[in-house]
Amino acid sequence: MTYIGKPNIVHPKAAKNSIGLSKRDYEGVVSTLCAGCGHDSITAAIIQAVFELDIQPHELGKMSGIGCSSKTPAYFVSQSHGFNSVHGRMPSVTTGANAANRDLTYIGVSGDGDSLSIGMGQFAHVIRRNLNMTYIIENNGVYGLTKGQYSASADIGSKAKKGPANQQKPIDPVSMGIALGATFVARGFSGDKEQLVPLIKAAIRHKGFGLLDIISPCVTFNDNVESTKSYSHVRKFYHQVIDTDFVPPADEIKAKYKKGEVMPIKLHDGSKIVFRKVDKQYDPTDRAGAYTYLRDSINKQEVITGLLYIDKECDDMHEIAQCSDRPLSKIPYEELVPGTGELAKIMNRFR
Amino acid sequence: MKAIFRMGIPVVGKNYFPSNIQGLPTWYEVRVTGDGYQSASNQLDIIIAMNAQTYQKDLLAVDAGGWLIYDSTWPRSKLLDRDDITVIGIPFSKLCNENFEGVRSRILMKNIAYVGALAALLKIDLDIIKELLNETFAAKKHLAASNLEAIMLGYNHVIENFACPLPLSVKPLNKTKNHVIIDGNTAAGLACVYAGATVGAWYPITPSTSLMDSFQAFCNQLRKCEKTKKNNFCIIQAEDELAAIGMVLGASWNGARAFTPTSGPGISLMSEFIGFAYYSELPAVIFDIQRAGPSTGMPTRTQQCDLMICAYASHGDTRHPLLFPSNPEECFYMTLSAFDLADELQTPIFVMSDLDIGMNDWMCPDLQWDNNYQPKRGKVLNAEQLDAMEKFYRYLDVDGDGITYRTLPGEHAKGSFFTRGSGHNKFGGYTEDSQEYQDVIDRLLVKWETARKMMPEAVIDYSKFNKTAIISYGSSDGASREALYRLKEQNKNYNYCCIKSFPFCKSAKDFINKHEKIFIVEQNRDAQMRSLLMLDLEIDPKKLISILHYNGNPIYANFIIEEVLKNEKKGVAA
Repeated sequence: MTYIGKPNIVHPKAAKNSIGLSKRDYEGVVSTLCAGCGHDSITAAIIQAVFELDIQPHELGKMSGIGCSSKTPAYFVSQSHGFNSVHGRMPSVTTGANAANRDLTYIGVSGDGDSLSIGMGQFAHVIRRNLNMTYIIENNGVYGLTKGQYSASADIGSKAKKGPANQQKPIDPVSMGIALGATFVARGFSGDKEQLVPLIKAAIRHKGFGLLDIISPCVTFNDNVESTKSYSHVRKFYHQVIDTDFVPPADEIKAKYKKGEVMPIKLHDGSKIVFRKVDKQYDPTDRAGAYTYLRDSINKQEVITGLLYIDKECDDMHEIAQCSDRPLSKIPYEELVPGTGELAKIMNRFR
Repeated sequence: MKAIFRMGIPVVGKNYFPSNIQGLPTWYEVRVTGDGYQSASNQLDIIIAMNAQTYQKDLLAVDAGGWLIYDSTWPRSKLLDRDDITVIGIPFSKLCNENFEGVRSRILMKNIAYVGALAALLKIDLDIIKELLNETFAAKKHLAASNLEAIMLGYNHVIENFACPLPLSVKPLNKTKNHVIIDGNTAAGLACVYAGATVGAWYPITPSTSLMDSFQAFCNQLRKCEKTKKNNFCIIQAEDELAAIGMVLGASWNGARAFTPTSGPGISLMSEFIGFAYYSELPAVIFDIQRAGPSTGMPTRTQQCDLMICAYASHGDTRHPLLFPSNPEECFYMTLSAFDLADELQTPIFVMSDLDIGMNDWMCPDLQWDNNYQPKRGKVLNAEQLDAMEKFYRYLDVDGDGITYRTLPGEHAKGSFFTRGSGHNKFGGYTEDSQEYQDVIDRLLVKWETARKMMPEAVIDYSKFNKTAIISYGSSDGASREALYRLKEQNKNYNYCCIKSFPFCKSAKDFINKHEKIFIVEQNRDAQMRSLLMLDLEIDPKKLISILHYNGNPIYANFIIEEVLKNEKKGVAA
């Protein structure tokens, strides 16, 4: 299937940002993901964030790997440059891109399979380099494009469409990020745009590696077959007759809650996730404290969201490597080549 | 070795070392020839056996009529002797123990004293040795003095106790003027600086590591901004080779000249990204410093065994241009070509060096630089050009040569496009339409034929009287040329073609078509160049006869001569 274009009509009264662009100018092609996919809500939040940040579209690099999540860069800011690379390798491509041109804004979109399985090594090492980029993990605990296998972030006991429930411990990218020394670690929920937009903006503006783990329900493959209140119950009935994928026309999850409150959210499949906003006593600059709080919340089966850790002072890759302030790709060749005289001098060292 | 070089005598060095850090024996072979042959030799006239562990093996390795020099401080068994060589015992350890304090300096100086002994035996100019010592230890003068003391211990002992010089000694010549002794990795790293490369990404692997060391050292010296003292380069040691090539592609996507040095195992790991670069059409320069064997193989031994994997790296229909430098000098110039070709063809280019070229010391003419050189950056649209265009499409073949126009991120709003390895049409959009997919993949074949015309020409030594020829490439060139020369002395003449690139240029094809029988000399088991010639040029396999040397040591002329003569004899008998 090919992508679907959108009519290029902008309402004359549409709000414009300070560089004279409307939100429509930050949109992409029509999404080909399942209706109700959490990823589309994240796309909308990214559009809102870059619009509000007045980013020049062509000065934005949209980086991704492979998977449902990695398709989404096509769905926002068509006027920017996208790089849909190979599975799990977006961090290295973004590292090279940033090495060559440090002036652009880089948003990497990845998933739990892309970052926590095949790309775990690159995910860990881009954190070590403190690369100046925003790294979004659209986390749904499942492989969508290959039709519903568990990912490394699937919870114990969660059931795939076929086979037994998952028995392996999930990998939590937020705990990992904090443990590995990431300088900006946040978690959001695709259904809470109000919280998400400021988090994305903060991650973009953070000088260094901005990690955003966003829980993003998969309406098609992460259904709990035990739940009678979910579409999976209906689907189970159909599957006994004919083995065909069935995509329910579910609505996006909308979650609203206030600071400090604990709130259970029902997902599409009827299972519960408890979100907690970080309370006022929480210190997001204390790495050890943040880590302890996070592990406690996991033990309580809560999923805490918000900006969980930030270190504003750490040097990024270019500062560590003492690179030129100018983008390396813009330095004229004349400044890069040492010339005939230097080569003659060098030759004398080899006699 | 350098002292002999400064006496004007051609010299090359080969290091035979194991894959470990410390404690295993290492051999360094120096070949001195008035003719200036560059390849290894299987003839050993003098062995300095510094290692008791390998003494017996070394004793057997000396050619009849040759000399073996050993440390006679400790007695050796009578069994370990040969009548057909001269054994010279010099008590190096004793001399050094009597004259130096401390275990470490005694051991180190023992390894210096033999230079003095050799200087006496071979008549190497002592003044030149002193000059080299002073240069090497310019910052640590006391070391120059102690090293010289050790050399003189060996020298004086030999002068007093043996008839000097040996019948085999060195005579000053005038054949090394305007030449240097350099290894291929150093030359290639230097060329990366001159080519204007700003991003280098790598993962350490023998025998390619010294290429990045060279780039780093030259950058530290030549690439600091004069005003800010900041680096006009960025070297990234990646977590693995998969990441290293990813970084190269990210950087070249953004318009920097970027490269990665690696060896066979690294190419295996990089393959997925190489296919991506082929299909999404991103420039990259990949140095494959080939080593021996499948899997880990023998990391410190040489081979030419990665032709097939590099030529067709990655799944699906892919093919990649290869360059074959024959020596460090060509490593320098071909590195420049590689960056130009990568930018012009918008595809990965492989520089197929190997351990023999990359890590051994070769004598080469001085590397020259033309200040008029301008990098060929290919079809990259700038802001002004984009501004004048109605709309930009990434994969439209405007010029009919299969090479399309690209833009760089951040340049202009009209230049935006989506780089992807998934199916795309000529406009750059995602597609799963059969015809649209095929249009792009067919256009890449047009580009392949354009590449064929741009690749460096084969070097051909042709006389129309010969129906039989020899083809070689890369580090097999030196031994092949020596073999040709020595066969000529026996009145056996062969035409010669040294291949410099893949896809093969027309001159190579014409050369093959003009001959009835062609020996293909290469250093791998499976005759990979022969296979490539058959695949790319559809040559009749019957006329291509392989001469294969693949034990991990560099090929030498005698081996080729014997194989050629054996085959010719068989031909006559039949």
